[in-house]
Amino acid sequence: MRYIRPLSIEDAVGELAKAVGPAAILAGGSDLLVRMKGGFIEPELIVDIKRIGGLADITETADGFRIGAAVPCAVLGENKALRKAWPGVVEAANLIGSKQVQGRCTITGNLCNASPAADSVPALVAAGAKAVVAGPSGKRTIAVETVPTGPGRTSLAKGEIIEAILLDKRPEHAGDAYLRFIPRTEMDIAVVSAGVNLTLDDHGAIKTARVALGAAAPTVLLVEEAGQVLVGSKLDEGTLERLAKICAGACRPIDDKRGTIEFRRKVAGVLARRVAAIAYKRAGGK
Amino acid sequence: MAGVAVSTTINGDAVEYLCQPDETLLEVLRDRLGLTGAKEGCGTGDCGACSVIVDGRLVCSCLVLGAEAEGRKVETIEGMAHGDQLHPLQQKFLEHAALQCGICTPGFLIAAKDLLAKNPSPTEEEIRFGLAGNLCRCTGYDKIVRAVQDAANVMKGA
Repeated sequence: MRYIRPLSIEDAVGELAKAVGPAAILAGGSDLLVRMKGGFIEPELIVDIKRIGGLADITETADGFRIGAAVPCAVLGENKALRKAWPGVVEAANLIGSKQVQGRCTITGNLCNASPAADSVPALVAAGAKAVVAGPSGKRTIAVETVPTGPGRTSLAKGEIIEAILLDKRPEHAGDAYLRFIPRTEMDIAVVSAGVNLTLDDHGAIKTARVALGAAAPTVLLVEEAGQVLVGSKLDEGTLERLAKICAGACRPIDDKRGTIEFRRKVAGVLARRVAAIAYKRAGGK
Repeated sequence: MAGVAVSTTINGDAVEYLCQPDETLLEVLRDRLGLTGAKEGCGTGDCGACSVIVDGRLVCSCLVLGAEAEGRKVETIEGMAHGDQLHPLQQKFLEHAALQCGICTPGFLIAAKDLLAKNPSPTEEEIRFGLAGNLCRCTGYDKIVRAVQDAANVMKGA
């Protein structure tokens, strides 16, 4: 096994592209090291991306925010501007693990680990976040929901690295939120989760809406129909009931020790309602 | 496997070591440097017994590679007391009997130190949330929480 610490994204991509055996990207390591210890992965090359310029920074740009792939989730929570603009994304990122894990784990790692129950991913999908992918043939920017293709699988090709997550600048009257159901109060894996992102018009009616569900299918789901049903409403009871029904219907969950299919469907609807209400309030809706 | 040469700072001292690329910081501390205060409980980041502070961030040393410590500043339990002078948290853990078997204690002390550095006057709830990454199977946590509250009061007065 080889451990390298490249200083440029080009070097990191080059090393990954020419790697013969299994290679792994190391940012926070909170998934990678556990998988290595468990014998689920035996990389011949570990590429530590934390010293690559810009990857450890959150930058506010004219278009919004650029969150480097090596920024720990704790740093997201300490960034006031990000918390104000995207409270749902930040609260989701800050739900991952303990203080110790927060000091290491990253939203890019959470996305690329491709767990259907990843906490930050429904919030990112609802937010319409983009991933900047660097690869052997250059850079491309893709919607985050196109990254995971199944549990533990992504659409990234050999040699490709997500170098940053992009979040748009917020218009007025915008809000997002994330909730998950767990049987404990802290530090558990989502049984079901939901993220909602809304913008309102000047009269408080919903102008745009995106709804995403976690742990409800092999990948995090963007439920477009659920977003559409919210548009034009002020979250009256009838709309919320339709939202819950659409979300319950969109789930393709599994039965496992943490919850049954029936339970997950029901809770997906309940969470979607609650999260929509929080996002609406944050957007200034009454 | 080729060894990795690492230069780092541990408890204020410059330290150099050679480690394997898949060796964790916890293994380096315990097996190469003789710093056995950090304990391996789970080895998967769940129990916090191996907690250390790296560049001001509380982390599980079992989830950090030894190679990653290059150029960083690492703080371990061994650097907490000044000679015979215990840190107020250590003193209060003794006074409140906030430990029984002691395996989790170094991790709790480091996590509590990090908590009080960032929030000198935590509420009971903030202490319980702040220490949720550290597991103790003996004390039931209550004595630990009281010890941290008491230490916070002492440290504010200091």
